[in-house]
Amino acid sequence: MPPPKPRQALLDPIFNNNPIALQVLGICSALAVTVQFETALVMSIAVILVTAFSSASVSLIRTRIPTNIRIIVQMTIIASLVILVDQFLRAYLFEVSRQLSVFVGLIITNCIVMGRAEGFAMKNNVLLSFLDGAGNGLGYAAILLVVAFFRELLGSGSLYGYQLLALAGNEGGWYVRNGLMLLPPSAFFLIGLIIWALRTWKPEQVEES
Amino acid sequence: MQRDSISNTFTVAIGLCVVCSIIVSTAAVVLQPVQEENRVRYRRRNILIAAGMYDPTIPLEESFERIETRLVDLETGEFVDEHERIDPATYDPRRAARDPALSVELPDRVEEFQFDRRERYALVHLVEGPDGWEQIILPVYNRGLWSTLYAFLALDADLVTVRGITFYEQEETPGLGGEVENPDWQAQWEGKKAFDEAGNVALRVLRGEADPDDPHQIDGLAGATITARGVSGMVRFWLGEHGFGPFLQRLAEEHADQLATSPLEFAWQPNPSPRP
Repeated sequence: MPPPKPRQALLDPIFNNNPIALQVLGICSALAVTVQFETALVMSIAVILVTAFSSASVSLIRTRIPTNIRIIVQMTIIASLVILVDQFLRAYLFEVSRQLSVFVGLIITNCIVMGRAEGFAMKNNVLLSFLDGAGNGLGYAAILLVVAFFRELLGSGSLYGYQLLALAGNEGGWYVRNGLMLLPPSAFFLIGLIIWALRTWKPEQVEES
Repeated sequence: MQRDSISNTFTVAIGLCVVCSIIVSTAAVVLQPVQEENRVRYRRRNILIAAGMYDPTIPLEESFERIETRLVDLETGEFVDEHERIDPATYDPRRAARDPALSVELPDRVEEFQFDRRERYALVHLVEGPDGWEQIILPVYNRGLWSTLYAFLALDADLVTVRGITFYEQEETPGLGGEVENPDWQAQWEGKKAFDEAGNVALRVLRGEADPDDPHQIDGLAGATITARGVSGMVRFWLGEHGFGPFLQRLAEEHADQLATSPLEFAWQPNPSPRP
């Protein structure tokens, strides 16, 4: 397979080869951090940075990495970057980092990061690997933000913390919040709907049965 | 050099470890002061929330001016900061609980508290009012299922009525035990009575729903039996004779004349402990 063009490496993972919608990776954190738009945004940025820089670093030393310890080498690089991101969040975005709790640390086990390091960065040059990592991070981010948009709007009537729909009940508004949207399973339904929409738009993504 | 040779494997492994550890530890050391400041602010905010005094529009330092932090000798129940060498500003109770010189071993029969030792001194926070202190905020902790739960419990000047509670550090299962952080659940603590008429610690978290008329019951947390047991044990231990009991006893005696109701009488007898 010829190496992709830089543009393809960056943009393909967003719609054509989306890590969540097509490869169905990284679902667990997509359920956990999408109750609010803000946490989803911070998580997205963290994942974009980690995938981009881990792919670039793995690619940089790809010719030196001994094959029998390559997975642990990738793991070490990814884990270091994740700790770095976590430390920065604790210092400068303390509230958000508390809400994200363990999920920042769990970026280490996000299959997207590892998958790109092993599947792409081991074979391609640094620039392409960086773009591919960033692209896959963006693909993950796109789904996360769409899911979080609907979950926060329908579940809490707000967006990025601003109350848009006046809540019924004690507050005296008209909008009855959808409690399901506050629970993790609702992300499953939303991701399912997104995959359905995406595959109707791009029928070539439908798997042969 | 051969890529898969043993020497290259070692070179890459060691080189990578050195580079990564330098990056990670540099970040940790450089960012540590900022993180520490966040932690202090977060703890202070939770003290204010427990006391029902938190207002996000007022700067934290300003609200905190009314709160006086003092060190208490848990054994004797006396304030120690006037004449002792420990500074409440730098005292770290968690480190003290692990330090044999600053902690005491608990008798085996203390079952509700899931640690063998506890620190000798504890920090208490007094909310100052025009006529003496109005509330007292006690730091309490106990093990839940996965983690140690850290909370602030605010008591009214009568030393019986709970003014509020906040759990500021815990790593219980999100959605189950993690619900101790839910403000709706914490809200029902307000106004409950920590002690019964006889002076026993009576406040506890039930399994299932609490009777709203019972002043000693708190709703259980669905799917979090062990966390709830930890919370009940936490209250029983820290308000009892091995926790803040002697301190509360001494406060009750001192403030007996100021209280409208009869002062708190403890069911247990305080140990005649040697005075330093």
